[in-house]
Amino acid sequence: MEADSRAARVVAGEVRALARLITGLENGESQANLVMRILAARPRRAQVIGITGPPGSGKSTLTDKMIAALRKRGARVGILAVDPSSPFTGGAILGDRLRMQDHATDPGVFIRSLASRGHLGGISRATHSAARALDAAGYDFVIIETVGVGQSEVDVVRVADTVVLVAVPGLGDDIQVIKAGIMEIGDVFVVNKADRDGADRVVREIRSMLETAAALRRGSLPVRAAVDTLGGRIAPLSADQEHAAWAAARAVAAEADARLMPPVLKTNAGTGEGVEALVEAVAAHRRAAQASGSLEARRLEGARTELRSLVEERLDAALNEGEGGQRAIALAKAVAAGEVDAWTASTELIGLLIQGGKA
Amino acid sequence: MEKKIRVLVAKPGLDGHDRGAKVIARALRDDGMEVIYTGLRQTPEQIVDAAIQEDADVIAMSILSGAHNHLFPRVTELLADKGVDDVLVLGGGVIPEDDIPFLKGKGIAAVFGPGTPTKATIEFIRANLKRS
Ligand SMILES: Nc1nc2c(ncn2[C@@H]2O[C@H](COP(=O)(O)OP(=O)(O)OP(=O)(O)O)[C@@H](O)[C@H]2O)c(=O)[nH]1
Ligand SMILES: [Mg+2]
Repeated sequence: MEADSRAARVVAGEVRALARLITGLENGESQANLVMRILAARPRRAQVIGITGPPGSGKSTLTDKMIAALRKRGARVGILAVDPSSPFTGGAILGDRLRMQDHATDPGVFIRSLASRGHLGGISRATHSAARALDAAGYDFVIIETVGVGQSEVDVVRVADTVVLVAVPGLGDDIQVIKAGIMEIGDVFVVNKADRDGADRVVREIRSMLETAAALRRGSLPVRAAVDTLGGRIAPLSADQEHAAWAAARAVAAEADARLMPPVLKTNAGTGEGVEALVEAVAAHRRAAQASGSLEARRLEGARTELRSLVEERLDAALNEGEGGQRAIALAKAVAAGEVDAWTASTELIGLLIQGGKA
Repeated sequence: MEKKIRVLVAKPGLDGHDRGAKVIARALRDDGMEVIYTGLRQTPEQIVDAAIQEDADVIAMSILSGAHNHLFPRVTELLADKGVDDVLVLGGGVIPEDDIPFLKGKGIAAVFGPGTPTKATIEFIRANLKRS
């Protein structure tokens, strides 16, 4: 069968077969899904690292240096770099790769640019399965660089074992420290462009946010109250506000907080300074997550979300195309005319979609 | 899902700027294509390996420095060496008329000079893709 031989070629490390497979996954080709059916049965080996942060924070440059550090350790590295598609034309300029081109001819490195194609979570729809394909092709590490994010693009946490959140000094108070919603997905924090003024301040701000968050997780009412009085605002704070929030958080965060606190590191992706420590921190996170069972829990949650969105997408497609689509229109007319109620019509449609195997 | 045309845009050789390449990259994006932009000073080896990993349908290169007769054919040679025969290869930049037949003989499907309207390039790509 063609799918078998395609899968075998991917596993054997044939770069063209892998590249073609990823294209097929992006385009929703059924043949590509059959190949994935075979590949998914293989044990997972790769460590998946997500790199996320604001536009221009240095994610690609950092990835480039992480590739070098991982290659020095003898590991094979696959990269999926996501950039946004234009909502107007559907086209995209995928520019992340530009910063990683020194690794283009290294047979131990595979770099693939993905357009978001309308997906809003910071990665593209095919990113999950593409990461799995890279794993099957024998890459020890899969690095996923997300779209430059604002505050709600947190899907990468559903794919990555470890999420590196990149911040930078000098972007202006409101965005240099990442928004609260996105802070929650960071396993390792990086203040990149540490050669610039203000890096230490950003490190302190992130630490204080993390301390507050850790204290909140303990259900500390005083801190929750303190944060509430800040109106959810994280930065910039007046000296008094900051002082009050810190004091409240410290009061309830016990000594154990140090242990629970994600590391906050400084890097200069331009020179590679700090990148060794980053790679170590990522490895340490993964070891701890494996030992505590949180890796397994996260993968389960990731699979759950992936499954849900796939079901939604396929039902949606089946409702808009072919036989299901026609029946949906006919039933909508009947509902509008009062010939049938919406509940009964929906039951009929669901039955039809499932029976026909269209979804 | 609709298939997207993927174009790798690269500047082989030692040119100091890439304004022209960026203009064409934007025009292709605005036409709905996915453009992988690899930037300045790319070797033919980098271009070909990147095009394979990116599963590009098209490689679009531009050279101002005069090294086109060496670098463009090197790309098509490397593609052939790797058994890739379904990628459309285009050249652009400052290329003397007299060199064009030679380049076409080497597998460069079309050569676009500095004055070419981006629309002509887009139409050429759409009409000449080697895969559906
Ligand atoms: N000074 C300084 N500049 C850096 C550093 N890291 C990256 N840059 C520069 O910052 C700019 C953006 O870097 P990228 O790596 O493209 O940033 P990115 O986060 O991948 O950007 P998007 O993918 O567009 O969101 C480039 O000009 C880099 O050279 C750093 O540590 N110090
Ligand atoms: Mg980038």
